[in-house]
Amino acid sequence: MYTPSTEAELAEIIRDADGPLAVRGGGTRGIDATGAPLSTSNLSGITLYEPGAMTVVAQAGTPVSKIEEKLAAENQRLAFEPMDHRTLLGKTGEPTIGGVMAANISGPRRISVGAARDFLLGVRYVDGMGSIVKNGGRVMKNVTGYDLVKLMAGAHGTLGVLTEVSFKVLPCPETEATLVLHGLDETSAISALAKALGSPFEVSAAGHDPAEQQTLLRVEGFEDSVRYRIGALQKLLGGESTIEQESKALWAAWRDVAGFSNATEDIWRVSCKPSDAPALTARSGATAVRYDWAGGLIWMRAPTGHALRAALGRYEGHATLIRGEGQAMFEPETAGVGRINAGLRARFDPRGILNKGLMG
Amino acid sequence: MEMPVPNPAVLSRKARVVERLSAVLPADAVIHDERETRAYECDALTAYRCAPMVAVLPSNTEQVSAVLRICHEEGVPVVPRGSGTSLAGGALPTADCVILGVARMNDVIETDYENRFIRVQTGRTNLSVTGAVEEEGFFYAPDPSSQLACAIAGNIAMNSGGAHCLKYGVTTNNLMGVKMVLMDGEIVDIGGAYLDAGGLDLLGVICGSEGQLGVVTEATLRILHKPEGARPVLMGFDDNEVAGECVSDIIKAGVLPVAIEFMDRPCIEATEAFAKAGYPMCEALLIVEVEGSDAEIDHQLDLIMDIARRHNPVELRQSKSPEESAAIWLGRKSAFGAMGQINDYMCLDGTIPVSSLPHVLRRIGEMSKEYGLKVGNVFHAGDGNMHPLILFDANKPGDLELCEAFGADILKLCVEVGGCLTGEHGVGIEKRDLMHVQYAPADLEAQMAVKDVFDPQWLLNPAKVFPLDASDTRRQMAVAAE
Repeated sequence: MYTPSTEAELAEIIRDADGPLAVRGGGTRGIDATGAPLSTSNLSGITLYEPGAMTVVAQAGTPVSKIEEKLAAENQRLAFEPMDHRTLLGKTGEPTIGGVMAANISGPRRISVGAARDFLLGVRYVDGMGSIVKNGGRVMKNVTGYDLVKLMAGAHGTLGVLTEVSFKVLPCPETEATLVLHGLDETSAISALAKALGSPFEVSAAGHDPAEQQTLLRVEGFEDSVRYRIGALQKLLGGESTIEQESKALWAAWRDVAGFSNATEDIWRVSCKPSDAPALTARSGATAVRYDWAGGLIWMRAPTGHALRAALGRYEGHATLIRGEGQAMFEPETAGVGRINAGLRARFDPRGILNKGLMG
Repeated sequence: MEMPVPNPAVLSRKARVVERLSAVLPADAVIHDERETRAYECDALTAYRCAPMVAVLPSNTEQVSAVLRICHEEGVPVVPRGSGTSLAGGALPTADCVILGVARMNDVIETDYENRFIRVQTGRTNLSVTGAVEEEGFFYAPDPSSQLACAIAGNIAMNSGGAHCLKYGVTTNNLMGVKMVLMDGEIVDIGGAYLDAGGLDLLGVICGSEGQLGVVTEATLRILHKPEGARPVLMGFDDNEVAGECVSDIIKAGVLPVAIEFMDRPCIEATEAFAKAGYPMCEALLIVEVEGSDAEIDHQLDLIMDIARRHNPVELRQSKSPEESAAIWLGRKSAFGAMGQINDYMCLDGTIPVSSLPHVLRRIGEMSKEYGLKVGNVFHAGDGNMHPLILFDANKPGDLELCEAFGADILKLCVEVGGCLTGEHGVGIEKRDLMHVQYAPADLEAQMAVKDVFDPQWLLNPAKVFPLDASDTRRQMAVAAE
């Protein structure tokens, strides 16, 4: 395994490569491309942290845990709440910030504050020819030239290998609480979540677990404000509800889709229009589901090899295979978009060596 | 400001191009008389003007596609135009171009409150997007100060921000999908009423690409429910540095206001003379706004004022009513107009790390003396986006050039301290030749490679964003290929 400890060394490895490279951070996300493994884990360290400006610059291989620790000391956090895939996928290893950004990993708070890509301010990366490129910067507002930062977020290393990332962080709220609605079926649950998000009461996470018939709404902020908003939501939504005070622990488990995985079945992540979610589930052939993002994200478990995309048919959204074999991880592209993507790959990685075939 | 020499071969084909465009568009949608094309000679960067060869005003995506296919076949450059409010010259024509204006495309296609999005044609103005949903209590968050006039098309092209983006983000954070026409006329759909891309995040690179990758005809935008209320507090300080520290302390304390606006003394003085908002005469003034229920607002403003008191403010004025809020915002909202009363001005848009604020303001003050030009600073302090307004006299020979040189020095300073050339206005032609300051050749090459993929002939808005010398080979190839 290649484990360069400087950006220059990484550039040299890519320049001299005579075959595909399997790019990874800590290797915890179940992304296994063919080729010689290349890990950024030795490019590690926080280079700058300004709490008053809410910005961090870190090398790509810096462990997420190191960053979270440092932020916690200043009462700040990665607000997009990146999930840890180790529980779900049964992986070991250390998740890195570069991996989080390259795969655009976000958690339940994605619906209120945005995704990893929305917090990423700047990148340095090495493209498929070994050139070092920078884009963006470390300030929160920047429209200077094209936003390659967004393009690199979610490119899963196929357009370049991230070496350094700058990102925005946010202050931790004083407290949080979760309103749990009981006994709702899927359609009523999704419509309750929509009602809550269509209110002024700033819900920061919204999920539904059909197995437990529990519908969850998280509220964060100053103590009085949290109490007021939870009360307002109870009044707005009616029905049977309780307030979960162990909110932090609940969402930590929820973020990582704890208890959902089993040993054998495929795991899918479906992004859709929230109100379409119950109907999609009904025709999916899934054996278990869990709804996050107010229904906009459906976690699905399906029998090994089940053609889930075919079962879902046409809808506004896409499905990603998180664990399973024999099917493409990413949704097949439409013809027009496919041509653009192929064109971009040909320019950023003309030899096609970075995570070859992973995204098309 | 240099622009490429018009291509004589294209100019000689004007009659044929007009004929072909007239065959696919309504008669009143093709403007080619020289007296009428003059209406499109500039955007809000009025120092530079050039009438286009033709202007077209299509009404739907299919017409846009037909126009682009013809221009592609004829090798005619196309400059897309929203409402023409760009301060960076993003919609400045060349004499051999077709201006493609989306102003007639302003329909709401779909509103969906349950899933919290709206789909519109992109000629619709920013404020009228909110107008379409406010009866149900919703709004579209990005709020550039030109929001009454500016089009969503231009907001997407420039990735526009606004005063409230500290909490709600800029256009790219609120854009879910687009329908876009490529230069060869192909129509592509990217993203939609769902979150995050299923493959590469093309939406992310299209937003902010200044109309160089395609013409966006429809957009899916996130809408939010309005907060119960919002109120600001105004605070004055005797020292810029202290005001900067106060901003930093507010952020560190965990209060996240929706807006933190900053004005310096020259700006306060000009504004007071013009709008009489009753601002204190001091070195630095902050307006901090928070949202929520009345009790929530009071609680947050109390916390903010406690922090402010530790920095010895000369004034601390909390709004208790909509009238008092309006009075506090009055001066800030009239700042540009007030500066315009004194003289012509150029508005810059660099961003700096918030921690560099005192240093940058001091240096701007020194440079102002060196250049002999007055400057006032308005500033989105929470996110470091500065708007220095340099005063000059357009009728005085050499003053515009002097002002541009001063502006360039300020932007170089922004980059030097770790910031950037433009936070929300875009590069256009205005900052095009300064891109070298922020980006190395390999960085610019990577960006230009993206344009190569979307628009191989470099026909869409070709002389913008990239320094002319950097894009020269590519633009020449387009001319030679005819």
